[in-house]
Amino acid sequence: MTDETDLIVVGGGPAGVEAALAASERGLSVRLVDEAPQAGGQVYRAPPRAFGAKSQQKADRLGVALRDRLCASTVQTHFDHIVWSVSPGYRIDALGPNGAVSWRARAVIAATGAQERVVPFPGWTLPGVTGLAGATIMLKSQGMLPGGLTLVAGQGPLLLAVAMGILKAGGKLAAVVDLASQAEWLADWPAIASRPDLAWRGLSWQMALRRAGVPMLYRHAIREAEAKGDQLLVTLGPVDAGGAPIAGPEREFLVDAVTVGNGLTAATDITRLLRAGHRFEALRGGWVPERDEDFRTTLSGLYVAGDGAGIAGAAAAAIDGRLAALAVAHDLGRLSDETYQRLTMPLRRKARKAKRFGTAMAKLMALRPAQVAAIAAGTIVCRCEDVTRGEICAAVREGARGVNQVKAWTRCGMGPCQGRICGDIIGQLVTGTGNARVEAGYFTGRTPFRPLPLDELAPPIAYGDLQLPPPAPL
Amino acid sequence: MSADFDIAIIGAGAMGATTALHLARGGMRVALIDRGEICREASGVNAGTLTLHMTRAALIPYAMKGRELWLTAEQWLGRDVGARSAPGFSLAFTEAEEEMLVKRAAARSAMGAPIRLISPAEACAIDPGINPAIRAAAFCALDGHVTAYLTGRAYRQALTAAGVTMVEKIPVSAIEQQGSGYLIHGTCGTRLSAKRIVLAGGVWLESMLAMLGLRAAVKCLINQLVITERMRPVMRSVVGIANGLLSLKQFENGSVLIGGGWQGRGDPIRGGVEPIPDNLIGNIRLARHAIPALGETRVVRIWLGLESETADAMPMIGPLPGMEGAYVIGCVHSGYTSAPYMGQLLAELILGGEPEMPLFDPARLIENTASSVRTVA
Repeated sequence: MTDETDLIVVGGGPAGVEAALAASERGLSVRLVDEAPQAGGQVYRAPPRAFGAKSQQKADRLGVALRDRLCASTVQTHFDHIVWSVSPGYRIDALGPNGAVSWRARAVIAATGAQERVVPFPGWTLPGVTGLAGATIMLKSQGMLPGGLTLVAGQGPLLLAVAMGILKAGGKLAAVVDLASQAEWLADWPAIASRPDLAWRGLSWQMALRRAGVPMLYRHAIREAEAKGDQLLVTLGPVDAGGAPIAGPEREFLVDAVTVGNGLTAATDITRLLRAGHRFEALRGGWVPERDEDFRTTLSGLYVAGDGAGIAGAAAAAIDGRLAALAVAHDLGRLSDETYQRLTMPLRRKARKAKRFGTAMAKLMALRPAQVAAIAAGTIVCRCEDVTRGEICAAVREGARGVNQVKAWTRCGMGPCQGRICGDIIGQLVTGTGNARVEAGYFTGRTPFRPLPLDELAPPIAYGDLQLPPPAPL
Repeated sequence: MSADFDIAIIGAGAMGATTALHLARGGMRVALIDRGEICREASGVNAGTLTLHMTRAALIPYAMKGRELWLTAEQWLGRDVGARSAPGFSLAFTEAEEEMLVKRAAARSAMGAPIRLISPAEACAIDPGINPAIRAAAFCALDGHVTAYLTGRAYRQALTAAGVTMVEKIPVSAIEQQGSGYLIHGTCGTRLSAKRIVLAGGVWLESMLAMLGLRAAVKCLINQLVITERMRPVMRSVVGIANGLLSLKQFENGSVLIGGGWQGRGDPIRGGVEPIPDNLIGNIRLARHAIPALGETRVVRIWLGLESETADAMPMIGPLPGMEGAYVIGCVHSGYTSAPYMGQLLAELILGGEPEMPLFDPARLIENTASSVRTVA
């Protein structure tokens, strides 16, 4: 099945949905594809329909409103569809409940959002340890706690969000451990206060955590986690501003679960696959697609929006999605220069404001190189293939100069996650031994974007129906 | 002026790297130059199949030597590249395929490949993973596979130990004849001089030859490869099909590699950029038909590798016509298998010896447009 629309938007978070809506409002034919069962992305992730309960939370209300607007629009939606390939031209291949499908479109907006980064420590691969974003998915989509007594650690706004989510869901917290100091949060206060609603929410969360008697440790990080029966013994210690461990009292917590995260990186699978230009921006989540202010990538017909274009948060993503859609409408000749300017001007102003808050958050989430430099040689960095820091550094010593050569020599990044989790850390480790981060490069984009059940991709057919190319020479 | 090096090899794939290694061990001062990192193109991303079932009949004796060298890499290269001996099959599912299988097996065994036809029951007894619906099978005990992505690591260590100067991530932009030697210009103003040169650029050979005013058509094949997640042991042989459009093997780590030369899109300038989804699905369907248990696993990664081919699909190995001290090596069908042997042969020639087996005279393919060669006084 192949039929063409003006635009396909990949990703149904705030950027993708707003992009699809804005494009359809301009009369474009639009498809929106997402692997989740409903629109909303990570931030407005919907609970399963069967749960039914009405939530009073603001994020949930916004998510419902977003989904209602999408339903009322002309956008053709394809949820429960895993996009596994995007080919120039453009052709999108997806795997849905009814098997493999493909669509064509004149333009594509990649609104693929962000993925989680965890700076490895001994024990981060143990059962019971989850990512902050992973814990968010459990809490939001299934109302499920990461475990009994939980320790929340890492950096950035997700720390408080997850800690609060656990408390509200009736869970118990052992401690909240922040890599940043309180002074760092305060330094960004003017930018944070540019969104009084979110600033207020953050403050009220902090107060709620204190009222609940949850220890809050700043400038601390997990040294290691060790399995003790069904529990985890977590050792914490102080760190410096760069994230490196420093001398000082260590503390131990015996907990049932740990959720830990060190910010987000941009999900650039599509732009990397298609060999669009990328640039390294530490404060936007590492390697991000090169784009102009209207979200055009270096490839004609390919646009990006939202955190996938560089981490900036949900509010900025929604506006960026609209801007990208207007750029598509303009480039397809469906919007005059004049109308385009008129429509984009107010959006740009809003975008700048939203970006201020997003940038403050991105700063708190940025990777701290000294923390990476301090990873012990025996610690697993690539958890799919069990590749340690020592093995990665040995490859670099033997002459591997880029992350792709390190991947070939050690198998790091070759597993089911395809380096999405460890890629940024590996880039930093390769850099740490002398190469510039830019020279170390990024993992070449490969299909499929997600592991594909072979049975669904290629259901058995009669041998005679196989179309074989001409034979190889004898 | 004395040259920086006795010889410069342009192209650090398995062909160029093997040539460089033997020349350095033979006492030459060697530079090995590559536009990227060592063995990151065809030599690092190919399916690593050691199979005589897919080798062109005329190249069988070379492939058998090459296979032996991969299996003994630890001895001459200093490091195992995951080379394992395994039985190999070529299967036929239809009457037409059976006919082709019989013909091809005969042509290859005439060239010395120990290939014999066996019954479907016998094939399934050797490898119970094979679909019992086969009509016929050709068997070869001398097959196997290499973990191709480890190639560069092994070679780099050996080359460094042999004293080869590695020049990576420097694309060559021009080659000038200078006196009796050559001046090689790289990007960023790098230059190095060598008394002799070897072009070992795979699919980039056509543009390299053009730098010397030589014209030869080099076709670029864009081969798609598919790797699965690790899975339970489902096969113990290297499996192909009569028409050569399938190569299948399971590595020790449990992942299964599906290849067979199904084409994607790309070119030497951009590389292999674009899988063709319908070709992928076709390739995977064929693989699944051969080894039904593959339906249990997931596809984890798909990539593309570039393979070079001359007008007559036979190699181009030997001295360049009309040029003093200039050589070419490449365009070998199933070239990875025989690369360590081909490189050894060319090195024997350059070091003044008589190669153990005949080379493949490039002159038959090359047209000299020498007027465009710049000569520096």
